[in-house]
Amino acid sequence: MSTEQAGPLPAPAPAVNPETREFWAATAEGRLLLKRCLDCGSVIWYPRAICPECSSLRTEWFAASGRGRVYSYTVNHRGEGAYRDAAPFVLAYVELDEGPRMMTNIVEADPTGLAVGMPVEVTFHDTGDDSALPRFRPS
Amino acid sequence: MTIRGKAHIAGAYEHPDRKIPDKSVAQVHAEVALGALADAGLSLSDVDAYFCAGDAPGFGALSMADYLGLKRLRYTDSTETGGSSYLAHAGHAAAAIAQGKCRIALITLAGLPRSQRPHRASASQLAPEAAFEQPFGPTTVSMYALAARRHMHEYGTTSAQLAAIKVAASQHAQHNPHAMLPTPVTVEEVLDSPMISDPLHRLDCCVISDGGGALVVVAPEVASELPRQTVKVLGHGESPKLAANGRIDLTHTGAVWSGPRAFEEAGVTQGDIDYVSIYDSFTITVLQTIEDLGFCAKGKGGAFVADGSLLAPHGSLPFNTDGGGLCNNHPANRGGMTKVIEAVRQLRGEANGPVQVPDCEIALAHGNGGSLGTRSHAATLILGREDA
Repeated sequence: MSTEQAGPLPAPAPAVNPETREFWAATAEGRLLLKRCLDCGSVIWYPRAICPECSSLRTEWFAASGRGRVYSYTVNHRGEGAYRDAAPFVLAYVELDEGPRMMTNIVEADPTGLAVGMPVEVTFHDTGDDSALPRFRPS
Repeated sequence: MTIRGKAHIAGAYEHPDRKIPDKSVAQVHAEVALGALADAGLSLSDVDAYFCAGDAPGFGALSMADYLGLKRLRYTDSTETGGSSYLAHAGHAAAAIAQGKCRIALITLAGLPRSQRPHRASASQLAPEAAFEQPFGPTTVSMYALAARRHMHEYGTTSAQLAAIKVAASQHAQHNPHAMLPTPVTVEEVLDSPMISDPLHRLDCCVISDGGGALVVVAPEVASELPRQTVKVLGHGESPKLAANGRIDLTHTGAVWSGPRAFEEAGVTQGDIDYVSIYDSFTITVLQTIEDLGFCAKGKGGAFVADGSLLAPHGSLPFNTDGGGLCNNHPANRGGMTKVIEAVRQLRGEANGPVQVPDCEIALAHGNGGSLGTRSHAATLILGREDA
């Protein structure tokens, strides 16, 4: 995994709070963390203090593989807000090898060559605010 | 305890305008409130319960109740589930009436997204999921596009099949003098319209319109004394459909849960339904909802809609005879209210002539709020003619 400049896509900074500080700090170092429930073993997404499967408050961070497959994607031709001038860009759900499906962008790929099920790997785009956005590229 | 037959919709009103540059949102709430009450033969001074959602300006139901001068309130509900709110409100009002908590409930919706600059709700930025979604640039259309893509992948649904939904809505809209888009379109025209977020084209998307609507739900003993024909509430069901710990399934809606609850309470089945109002924020919303409500098998929605099933008055499942959100009106970016209003028109025999379903006895209205791409809420309402 590595951290690099965003290229043409904007990389707006996420709002960070005490519950998610460790996640975002790791992204700035090019690491994708997930949470695991210490009681039922469920991999939790998005990261939170409670396990939504079994209600346990005992969770731990662990390093994700950074690999997954495209669950769904769209080439958006009408960006809004920070993305107003970014179109066309690819919004997607990637199903991580660990199970969760996370919203993200697919980058470094020809949008016309994308497919559901395509294998992808994480890459990080620096927000300039001590965090980086986990995006995915074909692997 | 069931609400079947224990409440009636006595008044329904849709604001006739689609662009309202010179009024406030509260003012339009007031206009539709008065319209629905006049339709029922009642007045604001009769109202003892008030329901509104996030489109109502101010603090919950209190600001609008104060603005409207509602003096006899003993029940308020500001349930906010986006576009499905008003179907939920109708169900909640019926339950409250059935329990004797109130007798005359007013539900209002209004918004001016066409005339006023859109504002992003600060609450959504504070949501716990916001940091894991918003930085990636999701838009409303693109999140429904994700659902459409996955449905296509799993079931072979095509863009031409989705377009058939818009075509049917446009056929109906030509008979609605208030429709924002009254001109019929073809499948080819839908497919040739600009791609917004693939696979969804511009004509797969609902309109953006100003406007509003209101309903009056009353106890049976009130209904029996009113001059107008009322509509009986037979059943109601609702359910959130959540992102599910990151295991979101983009191929179905919460209608898989809200539908059976409503059918059970109403004591009817799919085959008994003469008319449906299906929330049509996008064509894919309709396709998934029809499948999820059991009008066809899961994954077969594409073939079902492409076969002309949705066309009124003689298709097997005539839908959205006002033109729906796709062609008529989508006030406040929330389509649930108008879904109930058109179902009431059908059951009263007051739909536009060429699309009135003959002998329409039982209708289903369905709303979906939030986003199919993340978290959504489904509400299903089954209504019957007064003598049903």
